[in-house]
Amino acid sequence: MKILVCISKTPDTTAKIAFTDNNTKFSEAGVQFIVNPYDEWYALVRALELKEATGATVHLVTVGGADTEPIIRKALALGGDEAFRINANSQDSYYIAAQIAALAAQQGYDLIFTGKETIDFNGSGIGGMVAELLQLPFVSIAAKFELNGNTATIRREIEGGEEVNQVTLPVVVSCQKGMAEARIPNMRGIMAARTKPLTVSEPVAADTLTSIVSFELPPAKAGVKLIPADNPAELVRLLHEEAKVI
Amino acid sequence: MSVLIFADQVEGVVKKSALEAIQYGSKVAQLLHTTASAIVLGAADDAALATLGNYGVTKVLHVAAPSLNEVDAAAYTHVIAEAAAQESADVLVFPFNFDGRAIAPRVAARLKAGLVTGAISLPDLAGGFVVKKNVFSGKAFASVNITSATKVVAVMPNTFALEPSGLTAEVVNFNTSIPPAKVKVLQREVISGEVPLSEATLVVSGGRGLKGPENWGLVEDLAKALGATTACSRPVADAGWRPHHEHVGQTGLAIRPNLYIAIGISGAIQHLAGVNGSKVIVVINKDPEAPFFKAADYGIVGDAFEVVPKITEAVKALQ
Ligand SMILES: Cc1cc2nc3c(=O)[nH]c(=O)nc-3n(C[C@H](O)[C@H](O)[C@H](O)COP(=O)(O)OP(=O)(O)OC[C@H]3O[C@@H](n4cnc5c(N)ncnc54)[C@H](O)[C@@H]3O)c2cc1C
Repeated sequence: MKILVCISKTPDTTAKIAFTDNNTKFSEAGVQFIVNPYDEWYALVRALELKEATGATVHLVTVGGADTEPIIRKALALGGDEAFRINANSQDSYYIAAQIAALAAQQGYDLIFTGKETIDFNGSGIGGMVAELLQLPFVSIAAKFELNGNTATIRREIEGGEEVNQVTLPVVVSCQKGMAEARIPNMRGIMAARTKPLTVSEPVAADTLTSIVSFELPPAKAGVKLIPADNPAELVRLLHEEAKVI
Repeated sequence: MSVLIFADQVEGVVKKSALEAIQYGSKVAQLLHTTASAIVLGAADDAALATLGNYGVTKVLHVAAPSLNEVDAAAYTHVIAEAAAQESADVLVFPFNFDGRAIAPRVAARLKAGLVTGAISLPDLAGGFVVKKNVFSGKAFASVNITSATKVVAVMPNTFALEPSGLTAEVVNFNTSIPPAKVKVLQREVISGEVPLSEATLVVSGGRGLKGPENWGLVEDLAKALGATTACSRPVADAGWRPHHEHVGQTGLAIRPNLYIAIGISGAIQHLAGVNGSKVIVVINKDPEAPFFKAADYGIVGDAFEVVPKITEAVKALQ
């Protein structure tokens, strides 16, 4: 069995969000980059568990420049077998999905995992697009994934509850919390990752259908209005009469 | 040229986030001087669907096939793409809810349409088709131009207040081929009688400061008095004090209620990322230095075990 895990480079969750170049670029000054948590903690670790259980091969793919290589090495250190970097910088989900779909069409995977979304662009678009481009079924926002032969049983989140889905491989799944527990790479993994194959290829021709015009930060809050702890009724009055939310 | 809005439903009731998408799509149609239709898949009462006219659509396409009662992203995509072709739709609008996340990207790829998810503004047509969306988990916004001829926008729930007009829409049965679903639904569990967290306008949330699951009556009593939905911080869900679907934040659900009451939550940056779109934030924490106060509109520095029951009493007294 062959599994593909889509990996994205994102700023650390505590990174200061600021923009440069007239608010058209994310300011990378002093920012630490990590593997997108949904990709790493849930998609990748679940794929590794399946590898341990079934002897599957786990491939990684990222669409990005050479600056993404430390991120790919970290994912390899966790236990991925082989990685592909498609050498393109794009913020358009269709363009990125077209690259991943082209690799997947060539390699042939039984299972493609993505994170639920990236924590920087919050697009939630890649998994569904890859599934459509490959004409595969898609299960989104999976919180549990069990495999029995060729049949996957997947628990996915829906409004105010959960649904259990069943589907025959191949399938594309976007992953969230619940799929697996985060792991920390060990020394042996880090050493091994250095020599694992990382193939860099040029992108296939694909259209870019969106472009970011500018970024902005939300307006600052006016400041907190403190209410004395011995008068909680005043809070309720303010919420009712001033904020008018209750 | 027209606008087509996908409206998902549960047991015949169109979701609130879908109503918001319908209203958004109708406003886009006005901006483009064209008409808007909604499409509803699966069993639903046509008289109820006619009321979607309240939110600006003049026509509702209904595909009542029982095989569409369960959501399969591929089958839904096929039907929506067929409807888009019939209606010559060049803008497709989805709610950015659980179904929307599964289907909108597929439809976008099928139609080779640029996709913006989590939209929080109507398109600005002056410089193309520029939509503002949430990025960096609510810590910033990006204005994104969709440059393709066909466009797909998924609208952030709880962002646009509903303004029902009292009008009704014409409901038309839409017949098309339906591919068999490859994803089978074996089971569905929905907590009934509570507004789902993703759609809730009032949310009461608890953190590690509540010490243990045995103290959640405090949170639940206040939520009940307000008619609010309950949520929690990540360590609370991780410890199994509360179910995972209540976890809000960067790695949980991102919500935008009108009111978010945080009890015994420190306000870590990853927690704020999921709730900073809330219109009004109330923080109750015994530590005056808790970072959450910086993001709050109202705050009480005090012991939750003493303060919260009194708030609950005051809410009851209000009603
Ligand atoms: C990559 C990453 C992703 C993360 N994602 C998320 C996420 O999605 N959501 C999330 O919530 N966290 C997330 N976290 C964790 C986050 O950093 C914090 O650790 C977490 O939010 C803290 O939860 P808490 O506020 O409940 O607990 P604590 O930080 O322990 O805070 C408890 C608070 O309760 C107060 N308190 C104690 N007793 C009382 C009392 N009697 N009355 C009133 N107040 C009291 C204390 O003063 C304190 O402020 C993430 C972390 C990382 C590294």
